[in-house]
Amino acid sequence: MSVDKDPVVTLEDVEVQFTNKSLIQTLRREKDVVRAVDGVSLDIHENEVIVLVGESGCGKTTLGKTAVGLQRPTGGSVKYRGQDVWDAKDGNGDVTVPFTDIRRSLQIIHQDPGSSLNPNRTILNSLSVPLKRWYPDMGVDEREDRIHRLLEYVGMKPASSYASRYPHQLSGGEQQRVALGRALLMNPDVILADEAVSALDVSLRIEMMDLMHDLQREFNTSYLFISHDLANAYYFAEKVGGRIGIMYLGKLVEIGAAEEIIRNPRHPYTKILRWATPVMDPDAAREAATEPPMRKIDIPDPKNPPSGCRFHTRCPKAREACTEEVPRLLPADGNGRSEVACFRSESDHAYWNSEPLPE
Amino acid sequence: MTARNETSLSLDAGGTETLIEVRNASVTFDMDRGRSKVMDDVTMDIHREEILGIVGESGSGKSMFASALMDAVVDPGVLTGDVIYHPPDGDSFSVLDLDDEELKEFRWEEISMVFQGAMDSFNPTMSIGGHFEETLRAHDYNVADGMDHGRQLLADLYLDPDRVLDSYPHELSGGMQQRALIALSLLLKPNVLVMDEPTAALDLLMQRSITSLLANLHEEYGITMIFITHDLPLVADLADRLAVMYAFEFIEVGPCYDILKDAAHPYTRALLKAVPNLSSALEEMEPIEGDSPDPVDVPSGCSYHVRCPLADEQCRSTDPGFERVSDGHEAACFYWEDAREEITYTLSDREQEVTFDERR
Repeated sequence: MSVDKDPVVTLEDVEVQFTNKSLIQTLRREKDVVRAVDGVSLDIHENEVIVLVGESGCGKTTLGKTAVGLQRPTGGSVKYRGQDVWDAKDGNGDVTVPFTDIRRSLQIIHQDPGSSLNPNRTILNSLSVPLKRWYPDMGVDEREDRIHRLLEYVGMKPASSYASRYPHQLSGGEQQRVALGRALLMNPDVILADEAVSALDVSLRIEMMDLMHDLQREFNTSYLFISHDLANAYYFAEKVGGRIGIMYLGKLVEIGAAEEIIRNPRHPYTKILRWATPVMDPDAAREAATEPPMRKIDIPDPKNPPSGCRFHTRCPKAREACTEEVPRLLPADGNGRSEVACFRSESDHAYWNSEPLPE
Repeated sequence: MTARNETSLSLDAGGTETLIEVRNASVTFDMDRGRSKVMDDVTMDIHREEILGIVGESGSGKSMFASALMDAVVDPGVLTGDVIYHPPDGDSFSVLDLDDEELKEFRWEEISMVFQGAMDSFNPTMSIGGHFEETLRAHDYNVADGMDHGRQLLADLYLDPDRVLDSYPHELSGGMQQRALIALSLLLKPNVLVMDEPTAALDLLMQRSITSLLANLHEEYGITMIFITHDLPLVADLADRLAVMYAFEFIEVGPCYDILKDAAHPYTRALLKAVPNLSSALEEMEPIEGDSPDPVDVPSGCSYHVRCPLADEQCRSTDPGFERVSDGHEAACFYWEDAREEITYTLSDREQEVTFDERR
C-alpha cells in the first residue's frame, strides 16, 4: 500500500440523497428523503484494498457506486486522479481526464454473477462486448486471444471450452470468475466488488478471494470490496495489508488497518459486528454471550435516522450526549492506525458526564 | 449415529432419548442423464431436545434430508428406507406410513419447518396476524389461547407483537419477516423445529441475533432443533451436535465441541480450514482442492477420495463405514487417525469477549 503517492480516487464529504416522490406524495407535497451516504471522505490509493462493512441499508453499496462513478453524489466531490468525475461527464471546466477513460478505469462486479451475464450469449460474446466498444480497431483474432488469456488468468482452463459456454452451464463460482475477468479486460485501476463472494458457498470463498489477490498483483488494481461479513472482510483486507471501513446509516463510523479493526475495535458498533461474527474456537464458544449485546436488534428506518450519533438507539453505551451531537471521525489514540467516530474515544468529551439513556 | 443397532430401543448408552430415527433413507431422481441419487442410504438419530447442526456444501443433500424427515420429498423424487418418530407421549410410528391428513397434522404439530426467504412463505395479501389465526383455525386450536402464545413467541424474538401482527409481510424487514416466520412455525408447540438455511440472505448481525434468540427459545421451550446450513461457523456455537454431509451422505457426526476441537474426517478438517473466520490464522486458511461430485456420477469407494490427500487404493474401491472416534463421535474414513496428524488446523479466539471498557 503506497500512501505517499496521490490517491486514485478521492471522495470528499460525499453525500447521496434519494428522494422518493409518488404521485400522492406530490399532491400532498410530501417528500421521502433517504440520506444513503452522509458526509463521507475516503481516499483509495493505488494497489490498495479497502473493505466496507455494514448491515443492509447502511449505504455501503451506494458509497461504492459513487466511488466508481456510477452514482452521482448530491453533495461533495469524487475525483479520479485529481479530475472531478462529474465535471468530466458534464464537460465543466478543463477536463484533464476524459469521462470515457474514467469509466474504463473504474469497474464493478456484482453480488449475483448469474444475472450480470447475458444468458443468451456465450462467455466469448459477453466478453467481446466491452472490447468491441472500447477498442473498435482490434481484430477478431486478437480479441479472442486476449479473452482466452484472461480466462486462463482467472483459472478457467481450457479457456476455449469455457469461452464457448453459456452462463447457465457454469457454476456460481465460475460465473463470478467470468465477471471478474470481464472487469479486468479493461485493465482498471479500481474494481468495486459488491458482495462478490457472499453468494458463494463458504468453502469456495477463500479460493475466490485468493484469486482476486493474485490478479491484484498481476494487474495492479485496487479493490473496494463490500461485505456484511467481518470474517470475509478480515481475510480479504488483512491478507494484503488493506483497510476496513465500518458504515452505519450512511456514515463511516470507524476505519483503519484490518488487524486493528478486528483485534482492537473501538466503536461500539464495530464491537457488535465482532460479536456477530461466529466463534469457531470451541473453548471460546462455550463462554460466548447468548443475549444480543445491543439495545435493539433491528436497524432504524433510514428515512428517519436518529438524531446525534445515529447508533444511539441501539448502542449499549449510549448517553444523553449521543442524542444531541454528531460524533466526528477522529484519529483513535495511540498508533494512528485507525479513526473512529465515537465520543467514547474522546477522553474529555461531555459524554462522560452525561446520563446513560434509559432502557 | 450413536445408536446404529437396529433394535427399537429408543435409549442409547449415554441415556439420550432418540426422537427420530432415520434408517437407510435414500432419495433418487430419474433424469435424462441417468439415475441421480441425491441421498444415499442415510442412517441418523435425532436426539430429544438437542440442537443438531447439519452442514454441507450446496448440493450435498442436506435439504433432501430435511424433506425426508417429514416425508416431503417432491415428485419425481422417490424416498426409500424408513423414518421412525418416537413421540414423547404415545407410540412410535413410521412417518412414511402416515396418510395425508395425518401428515398435515404431523408436519405442524410435531415437526415444523422454516425455509430461507420468509417472503416466499407468507401470503403477501394477508397480515401476519391473519397467518397466525388461520394456522390455529386450520388445526382446530383455540384461537385466543393460541394468539397469547403467538404474542409471547414474537416478544421472545424481539418483535413488538401488536405492530407485527397488524403488518403485512412487505411492511417488515427481511430479518423481522424471518423472525415472524419462526414464531409462526412454533405456534402449535411442535416438538421439533427444522430450519433450512433460515438466515441466508440476511446480514451477519441479523443472522447472529437470530441464532442467539433460537438458543434462548431452545432453552425456554425445550424444542429439538435441526439447523441446516452451508455456513459452518454459523452453527458452531449454537449446535450441540454436528453432522457433516458430503456427496449425499453423512461423513462425520459428533458433539459440536469434539468436531471443532479435533475433527476426524479429512473433509471436515479441510472445511474447517476453508471457511473464512476470525479464529483461524490467515496463513492456515486454504480452499479445498477439486470440485464437489455430480449426483449422477458419484465416485466409487469413498466419494471424497478424488479430493482427499490421504486417499489410497482402498478408498478408491471400498466405501468406508462409520468408525468410532470417541463417545458419540463417528467418522466415515479408514484413515481418520492419520487425517488428524496430517491435516492440521488451529482455532483459537484470542479476544473474543466483547467488552466495553469504562472511561480511560
